[in-house]
Amino acid sequence: MSTAAANLQLQDAVFVMIAIVTTGAALGVVFLRNIVHNALCLVLTFLGVAAVYFQLNAGFIGLVQILVYAGAISVLIIFAIMLVMDKEINQTNLPIPSLGRRIAGVYITALLVITLVLAIYFTAWPLATGAGAPFDAVGMLAELMLGDYVIAFEAAAVLLLVAVVGAVILAKGVEKQ
Amino acid sequence: MESLFINLSQAFTAWLMSLGLSAGWADALLLAVQWTCIVAIVTLNITILIWLERRVSSFFQERLGPNRVGPLGCFQTVADALKLLTKEDIVPSAADKLIFKTAPALFIIVAVMLYAVIPMGDGMQVVDLNVGLFYFISIGSLSTICLFMAGWGSNNKWSLMGALRAVAQMITYEIPLAFSLLGIVMITGSLRLSEIVEAQSGVWFIILQPVAFLVYFIAATAELNRGPFDMPEAEQELTGGAYTEYTGMRWALFFLAEYTNLVAVSALMSTVFLGGWQGPWLPSWIWIIIKTYLVMMVFFWVKWTFPRIRMDQLMSFSWKFLIPVSLGNILFTGAGIYFCKWMGWC
Repeated sequence: MSTAAANLQLQDAVFVMIAIVTTGAALGVVFLRNIVHNALCLVLTFLGVAAVYFQLNAGFIGLVQILVYAGAISVLIIFAIMLVMDKEINQTNLPIPSLGRRIAGVYITALLVITLVLAIYFTAWPLATGAGAPFDAVGMLAELMLGDYVIAFEAAAVLLLVAVVGAVILAKGVEKQ
Repeated sequence: MESLFINLSQAFTAWLMSLGLSAGWADALLLAVQWTCIVAIVTLNITILIWLERRVSSFFQERLGPNRVGPLGCFQTVADALKLLTKEDIVPSAADKLIFKTAPALFIIVAVMLYAVIPMGDGMQVVDLNVGLFYFISIGSLSTICLFMAGWGSNNKWSLMGALRAVAQMITYEIPLAFSLLGIVMITGSLRLSEIVEAQSGVWFIILQPVAFLVYFIAATAELNRGPFDMPEAEQELTGGAYTEYTGMRWALFFLAEYTNLVAVSALMSTVFLGGWQGPWLPSWIWIIIKTYLVMMVFFWVKWTFPRIRMDQLMSFSWKFLIPVSLGNILFTGAGIYFCKWMGWC
């Protein structure tokens, strides 16, 4: 067996391991009854996705995934859970929902699955022809975000700012003159 | 002396290759040996550090500190470590067992992972990532999850309160922590730690970015949960916070990880602000050790000098002061770089 083939097999094995952990954690998010366990499984899922990015040589994106999702978003989720926590955390997730809700859940899930499967099936997945990831991915990302797509970037920033201001107003109320 | 460790690792690889291993396997084994060395050095260094902090803190407070076991009390931590190893491991019956047990292990794993990118000398890095600085920040942010797991898994009100505080503190101080380093990235034009060290061959970044240094130092103190920002443990009000229910070696692992984080952050500060391994006469790896220990002494000094501040003061200090200051520093640095280019200085 040539070295390249062995390397490819190793890559495949690593990918399968990452995929098992990520998918397992994602299933845990959905199926575990304790909401804190859900949140911790979500962290593991985020880390697994980051690992996939690392395997694709996209180190910067992977680290953003860890910092923003595993480090900050999940912490915000945990924070929200702890702020609204009831006495018995095991009862935070409602036991068995009503029949109507279950039917609605199954319907929406089925719709989503069908859409995703169709999308994946009908998309042509062109294989990358270049050799490996670019050398300076961070610089190229910066040029794209702050050069070609600066309007979209700034618009997203303004959107977030509006959301923050809205959240503050909702939380504190408007002062009457 | 200068390339002692590089020669050692090259000799090791050459020896493995002469035994008939392929280059890939030799590199993998070298990596394993490097990690083992890091873990061993970190663990042994902690015994020195704890002894040092206890001695130094007692001098700050006009006490003597541990001085009975061995000369100057230097075997005190060894005795303590042996005691901790032999203590009973208690798991509270109402605890969330899996989370309770994995939290300390994950905490120390995250802490040791930080060392992968720190340049311990000229060319002495486990991996020289092109996003090294960013790696350090984002891996460091994971330790909060471990603290939360410890606090929540213990099923104790003090622990949960400590975890809540740790999480709030982390959300708040992550932002100035990352923003303060942006000025340096702007000047260097790289996130690679070896290039940041190279860029300081003339002037150290503490002179070009004094505000960033102060902001990073304060935010790092909060991220490390060290006094005056040690609200998550706060012995006097929370009886130990997230660590309340831990005993024996599990508790010791938290302690170990805290000091591991402290050394890593101090090493990063000396790398990013104090010229890294660069220095005259002595070999590079001795310089980084000297600088790291100096930064750590400042951390000790701050911890044992200032009283713990209140939680709301802590939050408003970051949101209303540190974040605006670090944003202003970014703006100022950008303007400065353009001014330099316009004047033709750089």
